[in-house]
Amino acid sequence: MHPAYSVILFTTASGAGYGLLIWLALFGALGVMPTERWIGAIGFSLSFGLITAGLFSSTYHLGHPERAWRAFSQWRSSWLSREGVLAVATYVPAGLLALIWIITEKLGAMGAWLALATIILALATVYCTAMIYASLKTIRQWNIGLVPLVYVALALATGSVLLNVLARAFGHGGDWSSWLAILMLALAFALKAMYWMTIDRQQSKYTAEDAIGLKGLGMVRAIEPAHSQPNFVMREMGYRVARRHSERLRRNAIALAFVIPIACCLAEILLGPSFGIVAAVIATNSAAIGVVVERWLFFAEAEHVVMLYYGAERA
Amino acid sequence: MQPKIDTSPKVADDIKTTTCYMCACRCGIRVYLQNGEVRYIDGNRDHPVNKGVICGKGSAGIMQHTSPARLRAPLLRVGERGSGEFREISWTEALDLATSWLGEIRRTDPKKLAFFTGRDQSQALTGWWASQFGTPNFAAHGGFCSVNMAAAGLYTFGGSFWEFGEPDWERTEYFMLWGVAEDHASNPIKSALGKLKSRGVKVVVVNPVRTGYGAIADEWIGIRPGTDGLFVAALIHELLTSQKIDLDYLARYTNAHWLVIQNPGAHDDGLFARDDDGQPLAWDKGSGEFASAKSIDIAPALVGAFTLDNGRKAVPAFQLVADRYLSLDYAPDRVADETGIPAATVRRIAAELAEAAFDKEVTLDVPWTDWAGRAHDQMIGRPVSMHAMRGISAHSNGFHTCRLIHLLQILLGSIDCPGGFRYKPPFPKLIPPHVKPTGKPGEVKPDTPLPGPPLGFIEGPEDLLIDDQGVPTRIDKAYSWDAPMAAHGLMHMVITNAALGDPYPVDVLFMYMANMSWNSSMNVPAVLGHLTDKDPKTDEYKIPKIIYSDAYYSEMVAYADLVLPDTTYLERWDCVSLLDRPVSQADGPADAIRQPVVAPDRDVRPFQDVLLDLGARLALPGFVDDAGDPRYPGGYSDYIVNHERAPGIGPLAAWRGTDGGEYGRGAPNKNQLERYIENGCFHYHELPENMRFYKHANRDYLDWAKGIGFIGSSEPIVFQLYSETLQKFRLAACGHGTIQPPDTHRERIETYFDPLPFWYAPFEESALDGSEFPLHAITQRPMHMYHSWGSQNAWLRQITAQNKLYINRQKAHELGLADDDWVWITGHLGRVRAQISLMDGTNEHTVWTWNAIAKRKGTWSLDKDAPEATKGFLLNHLIGELLPERAGGYRYSNSDPITGQAAWFDLRVRIEKAEAGDESRPQFEPLSAPHLVDPPDELEYGLQFREARP
Amino acid sequence: MTTLPQTTEKKLGLVIDLDICVGCQACVTSCKEWNTSGYSAPLSDQDPYGSDPHGAWLNRVHGYEIGDGETSLTLHFPRSCLHCEAPDCVTVCPTGASYKRAEDGIVLVDPDTCIGCKLCSWACPYGAREYDYAQGVMKKCTLCVDRIYNENLDEEDRVPACVRACPTGARAFGDLGDPDSAVSKSVNDRGGFDLLADFGYKPVNKYLPPRPRRDSNNGANTPFLESTAPGANGAQSATDRFFAWADRMLAR
Ligand SMILES: Nc1nc2c(c(=O)[nH]1)N[C@H]1C(S)=C(S)[C@@H](COP(=O)(O)OP(=O)(O)OC[C@H]3O[C@@H](n4cnc5c(=O)[nH]c(N)nc54)[C@H](O)[C@@H]3O)O[C@H]1N2
Ligand SMILES: Nc1nc2c(c(=O)[nH]1)N[C@H]1C(S)=C(S)[C@@H](COP(=O)(O)OP(=O)(O)OC[C@H]3O[C@@H](n4cnc5c(=O)[nH]c(N)nc54)[C@H](O)[C@@H]3O)O[C@H]1N2
Ligand code: SF4
Ligand code: SF4
Ligand code: SF4
Ligand code: SF4
Ligand code: SF4
Ligand SMILES: [Mo]
Repeated sequence: MHPAYSVILFTTASGAGYGLLIWLALFGALGVMPTERWIGAIGFSLSFGLITAGLFSSTYHLGHPERAWRAFSQWRSSWLSREGVLAVATYVPAGLLALIWIITEKLGAMGAWLALATIILALATVYCTAMIYASLKTIRQWNIGLVPLVYVALALATGSVLLNVLARAFGHGGDWSSWLAILMLALAFALKAMYWMTIDRQQSKYTAEDAIGLKGLGMVRAIEPAHSQPNFVMREMGYRVARRHSERLRRNAIALAFVIPIACCLAEILLGPSFGIVAAVIATNSAAIGVVVERWLFFAEAEHVVMLYYGAERA
Repeated sequence: MQPKIDTSPKVADDIKTTTCYMCACRCGIRVYLQNGEVRYIDGNRDHPVNKGVICGKGSAGIMQHTSPARLRAPLLRVGERGSGEFREISWTEALDLATSWLGEIRRTDPKKLAFFTGRDQSQALTGWWASQFGTPNFAAHGGFCSVNMAAAGLYTFGGSFWEFGEPDWERTEYFMLWGVAEDHASNPIKSALGKLKSRGVKVVVVNPVRTGYGAIADEWIGIRPGTDGLFVAALIHELLTSQKIDLDYLARYTNAHWLVIQNPGAHDDGLFARDDDGQPLAWDKGSGEFASAKSIDIAPALVGAFTLDNGRKAVPAFQLVADRYLSLDYAPDRVADETGIPAATVRRIAAELAEAAFDKEVTLDVPWTDWAGRAHDQMIGRPVSMHAMRGISAHSNGFHTCRLIHLLQILLGSIDCPGGFRYKPPFPKLIPPHVKPTGKPGEVKPDTPLPGPPLGFIEGPEDLLIDDQGVPTRIDKAYSWDAPMAAHGLMHMVITNAALGDPYPVDVLFMYMANMSWNSSMNVPAVLGHLTDKDPKTDEYKIPKIIYSDAYYSEMVAYADLVLPDTTYLERWDCVSLLDRPVSQADGPADAIRQPVVAPDRDVRPFQDVLLDLGARLALPGFVDDAGDPRYPGGYSDYIVNHERAPGIGPLAAWRGTDGGEYGRGAPNKNQLERYIENGCFHYHELPENMRFYKHANRDYLDWAKGIGFIGSSEPIVFQLYSETLQKFRLAACGHGTIQPPDTHRERIETYFDPLPFWYAPFEESALDGSEFPLHAITQRPMHMYHSWGSQNAWLRQITAQNKLYINRQKAHELGLADDDWVWITGHLGRVRAQISLMDGTNEHTVWTWNAIAKRKGTWSLDKDAPEATKGFLLNHLIGELLPERAGGYRYSNSDPITGQAAWFDLRVRIEKAEAGDESRPQFEPLSAPHLVDPPDELEYGLQFREARP
Repeated sequence: MTTLPQTTEKKLGLVIDLDICVGCQACVTSCKEWNTSGYSAPLSDQDPYGSDPHGAWLNRVHGYEIGDGETSLTLHFPRSCLHCEAPDCVTVCPTGASYKRAEDGIVLVDPDTCIGCKLCSWACPYGAREYDYAQGVMKKCTLCVDRIYNENLDEEDRVPACVRACPTGARAFGDLGDPDSAVSKSVNDRGGFDLLADFGYKPVNKYLPPRPRRDSNNGANTPFLESTAPGANGAQSATDRFFAWADRMLAR
C-alpha cells in the first residue's frame, strides 16, 4: 500500500495524543499526577494539539475535505465513520476534564467520571482507527487481530513517553513515569514483534489463479497490461518495498521507537532527575521518528490482493 | 436513505449518423451531439458492416476529434526541411502556390508530379485527378500494404481476401485465419468469431504469435514466419493423395481442364492451347476430341497427355497441379522442420478440412441458374472458409503463398458457395479485372490527361510501363521488370527513387494521409536522408517541392514545404464508393458517406475540396466546365452527387435518377445525399437469394452485375489455377518475344513467375547468414490503435504508450534474458534498443512488437518525454527497401518479385542484452511543433455536459 | 447509505465470456466515453499528453498467459465492478456516498457526497474503484444506471455501453437474480464462476470459462486421411491411384 504521509501523521500523532490524554486522565483522576494548572494546560494542549493535527492531517488525504463532516454519518457500519464520531466525542469529556483541571486545579467525582469517559472514548477511538485497517480483508498484513492491539499499545506507549517528559518537566516525574514508559514501550514492542513475526510467517491466501477464477490450467502471468502507465489502483495499492529495505527499516524502527526510548528511560532512572528531562526529550523525539517509520512500514509492507490482477503471483 | 438519481437523463440534443474513420473498417456510427459538441459515439445497428457494435478506437473518436495535434491553418516551411519551422499562411496563398508549382509541371512534363495517397480515402477521386493531370505517378498505399493479397486473388479467382470478400460466417463449419491480427474488417471478424465459437465451429489460427484472435482459437498453429506456403502445399498434398477434393467443382468453375502446351524451349511452352477463335481447348472424353474448354456439353479430361494437331503435347492444367503437389517435396514430414508444424498436425488439419468440406455439406433450397442457363434447385456448399492478410502478404513470397491458399480453397470447392469464402460485390471481376494501367512513354504528354487510370492489371509483358530501353516510366517502377504485376503501385519506393533520380527526378512530391517519414517507411533513417538530401551543385533539395495534406502534426508534416491541413473525420463529407473500396457484404453491394456532424473550429479544409479546387485552378478536364468555371463549385458533396465516371455511374450507387428511383445506373439526383442521410449515411443493396452464391457463374448475378457496370461482360469467371499471365513473363525471361527483361532480372523472372504457386524461402532469410540473424522480427496491429494516429488520442495512449519486444519465454531463458530487460535488436542495416517482454505464445524463432506505437519526439503534441518517444521503438529502422547486395552487385528491392509488395515481415535479427539504460535507440532530433494549441495538463471531458444538466 | 440492503429486488449484472473476449478494448473505451459525460461525469485524465498519462476508467482489460509451453493459453480478461452482494466497499464508506441500490443491486458512488477518502477502493479486492484525481471523488462502474432505464434511448439500447459496444458478444447484461434470465441460463450452462469466491463478497457479475481448446493437446484426433506413400501400397502408387480417380468422366 502506498504510504501516504498524511495518513501516517494522522495515525501516529493522534495515537500519541490519545495516549497522552489517557494517561493524563488516568493519573489525574488517580491523583498520581498533581492537577496543577500548567501541567493541565500544557498536557491537554499537547494532547489536543496532536489529536487535532492528526485529524487535520487526515483530511489532506481527502479529495473533498470540506465535506468531511459527512463522515460522521455511517457509524453503523464504517470504522472510519466510527473513528470520526468517537474522535469528536472524545473532545467533549476530555475538554471538560481539561477545563475543570485547569480552572479548578482539582478533579473531584465529576472529574473522575469525565476522566473515565475520556479514557474509554480515547481507547475506542484508537481502536477504531486501527480497525479501519484491520477490517480490510483485502490486505492480509492488516486483517489480523494484532493490529488494533499494536495500535492501542503504541498509542499508550508514545503517550507514556510524552507523559514522562511532561511530568519530568514539571518536576513531578520520576521513576514511576519512566517505568511506565518502559513498560508500555516494551509491551508495544512485544506486540509489534509478534505482528512482524505473524506477517512474515503468514501464508499468502490468494494466487493469480484465484483472482481470475481459473484453476488447474497452470500459472497465470500478466503479458499485456491493461494500461501502460500506472493507474490509481497501482499507485495506491501497488506500492512495494524491497525486502532488504524493509528489513533495514524495521531495525531502524525498533531502535528508534523502542530501544533508544527504553534506554533513555532507564538512564533517567539510573542517572537521576538532572539527566531525566534531557533523556525524556531524546526518548520522545526518537520514539516519534521511530513510530513514523513503523507506520510507514505498516503501509509499505501491506500487500493488497488486487495486485494479483497486476502481475503479483500471490497476495 | 438511498439517493434519488435521474435514471433517464437526456442523452443528446441530436444524434447524427455518419461513417467512422478511426480505421479503414468504416463502420456506421451515430454521433450524439450536445450543445454542438460530441458527447458520445456508438455503432449504428442498421449498418451492414458493424451492425451496431463499435471497436476500441471508434469509441475513442472524441479524443481523436479534439486532439491538440490537429493542424490549424495552412503552413509554409520557413526553416530547413525537417526542422518543423513553418509560417501560417492563408488558403489563398497556399492554393496559389500549389497551383503555380503544379501548373508549371503540367505544362512541361506531367510525370514530374508524383501524387501518392496513403490511407484509403477517396482513391476514386485522387486517381482520377492524377489521370486528368496526366501523371502516371499515382498510387495509394496498397503497394506496401497488401497488394500480394489483392493481386493473388484477382489473378486467381476474380476476388480476394482483404475487404473484397468474406467467409460465409453464418454457415461455415470450419474457419482458418492466416496471418491476421486485426485487419480492415475489424468489427465483422470479431463479431463473427464470437458467433462461430458459440456455434461450436472450429477456428484455426495460423500465426507465429498467439494474441487477440489466436487467443480464442480452438487451435493455434504457431508457424515459423514466411513458411505458410509450405504448410498449405502440404495440406494440398494430403488432400490430393487422399482424393479429398471436389473434381466436379474444378471441372465446372476452373481452368483445371484447359490444356497447357508442353513444348520446352519454344515460345508457346506453357501457354494454353487455343482454337482459332482464341478459345482455350480441353479434351472432351465424351467425344474423344478437342473442344472449346468453355463449352458446357463436354466431359473434360482433368488428367492425361494429349497431342495437338501440330504434334505439340498438351496436358490439362490440373495434371500439372497434381504433379506438383503430389510431389514428396510437399509431404507433411518434409515441411515439418521448416514450418515448425508437426507432420501429424498437418495431416490432422487436412483431415478436418476434408471432413468439414465433404461430410458437412450445406444445402440451401434456393433455385438458381448457372452461366450456361441450366437451372439448379439447390445451392450446395462446402462449408470451409478462410481469411488471410498481412502475415501472408508482407513476405517476399506472399503472392505465391496467397495463391496457394486460394488453390486450397478451390480444390475444396469452397469459393462463393454456401459456407465457403464469398465475394462481396462489385466482386467477382474478370480475371484479371479489365483495367489496364496507363502511362506508357507516349501517353504522358504536357497539358494532356492520361488515356486511362494510372493503376490497373496487366496481362503480359506488352502491358508493362517501360520505355524501349526497359526503363520504367513510373517513379516507383511499378509495372516494370522490378515489379511487373504491381497492381497498386509501390508507394514505399517513391521517396527513395525520387531523391536518387532513379529512374528520373520529380519536381513535386504531393502526398496525402501517409506518414512516410516514420511508420510507413522502410528504413526511417534512410528515408529522412532522402527527404533532406540536397544537390551539392545547386543546394536545392533533391526532391525540390513537397506538398502534404495531413490533419495532425505527424512526423511527415515536418518534411513538407507546403502543408494543407485537413479536417477530422467528423467535419467533412466523404464517399465510400463502389468505385473504390466499398463497404459491401457478400449478400450485396453497399456504399456510404460521411457527413459533417460538427463544424471545424480551425482554418482547415477537407482535402477533397482542396483537390477539386486545385483541379479547377489547373483547368484539368473534368474539373472545369466548358466555360472554364469549376465544375463542382459546391465542393466534394457537389462532386459526390454530380460526377459521372461513365454515363449514369457516379460515386454513389443508390437513389440515382432524377426521382431517386434507380440503383447502380441513373442520372444524378440532387437529393441523393439527403436520401443517404435519411437512411443512416449508407445504402445496402441486398441481392435476391438466387444471386447470392456462385456469383462467378451465376447467370442472374452476372447479367445484373454487367447491367450496372460492375463487370464489362457477363461471361462466367473461370478460376485460374494455372496462370497464363505469369507464364508469359517467364517466356519473356527465357528470351521469347520482343519485350525482354534486362539480364539482371532474367533469372529472377524465370524463377518466380511460375504459373502454378510454389513456396520459396523469403529473400532476406536466404540472403543473410542464419546464424548471424537467427530470429524473425515481425509486427502486429494493436486492436485499439490505428497505425501512428492512435497515439495522440488521450484515451488510447493510456492503454498503450509504450511497445515492448515480445520474445518466446524459453528462447529468452536460453539467451539469458528476463522480463523488462533492455536489448539490442540487430538487423543487417543497424540496431535498435528496446525493452522486452516474455511470453509462451510466440514461435520460438520469432520476436515481435506492436506496430507504430513509437513516436518521434516533438510530434503529435506529445511531451518530449512521452513513453512513445523515449521507450517506444520502430522495427522500421531495421527494414530495408533493398535487399543485401547479391552476386553481380545488383540490389533487388525487398519486396515480392511479382507485385513489388513490401516485405516488412521478412526482417531477420539477433537479440543481445543491452547495457543498462531506459531509453530506446535510435533517437532522432526532436521536432518543434508549429502553431498548435498547447496540450492541457488534465482533461475533464464531459464536465461540460454534467453542468448543462439540471 | 452504507449499510447493505438485506435483499435486492433484482441482481443486475454482467456475464463475461472469457472464451470469446479478444481483448479489443472496445468495452473499455466505450465505457469511458459514455461515463465521462454520464452519471459520474467527468472521468478525468491526468497528464493526458505527457510522460505519465493516466485517468479514471471503470473497466479495464488485461492480457494473461496461463500455463506453460504447448498447453498454455492466452486469456483476455475484462475487469469492472462486480456489483457484489456483500461487499465491504460499501460498508467501509464513512459518508454513505457508496451504496448498493435496493431495487437492482447496483453499487454506486454518489459523487456529490463522496469525500474521496479512498477507503472503499482499499476494501475492493477487484480493483474496480478508481479515484478521480481532478474531481477528488471515487469513480466506479455504474452498470450504466443512466442507460439501462433511460427512456431517451431506444429500448434495445438500454444496456450498458460496454455491452452495446462489444464486437464479439463477450459481454451480456441481465438479472442474475432471475434464474430464467438469459444471463442466468448461460451461467448455468457454461459453468459461470465468481472471482475470488472465498472472499465472500458474493459478486453478482459472473465469468464464463474458456471452452477447452480443440488441438492435439486436447484430444483433437480426427483420423488422418487415407493415403500411402507412393509405391508403398502394392503395385499402384498413391499418385497412380489419384490419377485413376481423377480420370473419371466429369460433366461440365
Ligand atoms: N513495421 C511495419 N511497418 C508498417 C506496417 C507493418 O505492419 N509493420 N504496415 C504497413 C502498412 S500495411 C500500412 S497501410 C502503413 C500505414 O502507414 P500510414 O499510411 O503512414 O498510416 P498512418 O500512420 O495511420 O497515417 C498516415 C497519416 O494520415 C494522417 N491522417 C489521419 N487522419 C487524417 C485525415 O482525416 N486527413 C488527412 N489528410 N490525414 C489524416 C495521420 O496524421 C498520419 O500522418 O504502414 C506500413 N508500415
Ligand atoms: N486496429 C487496427 N486495425 C487496422 C490497422 C491498424 O493500424 N490498427 N491497419 C489497417 C491496415 S492498413 C491493414 S493493412 C490491416 C492489416 O491487418 P492484419 O493483416 O491483421 O495486419 P497485422 O497486424 O500486420 O497482422 C499480421 C499478422 O500476421 C502475423 N504474421 C507475421 N508473419 C506471418 C507469417 O509468416 N505467417 C503467418 N501465418 N502469420 C504471420 C503477425 O503475427 C500478425 O498477427 O489492418 C487494418 N486494420
Ligand atoms: S473498426 Fe474502424 S471504422 Fe469500425 S468503429 Fe472501429 S475504428 Fe471505427
Ligand atoms: S467489485 Fe469491488 S467495488 Fe464492486 S461491489 Fe464488489 S467490492 Fe465493491
Ligand atoms: S472514497 Fe467516497 S465512496 Fe469511497 S469510502 Fe470514501 S467517501 Fe465513500
Ligand atoms: S456497465 Fe457501464 S459503467 Fe460498467 S463497465 Fe460497462 S460501460 Fe462501464
Ligand atoms: S469489447 Fe468484448 S471482446 Fe473486446 S475486450 Fe471487451 S469484452 Fe473483450
Ligand atoms: Mo495497410
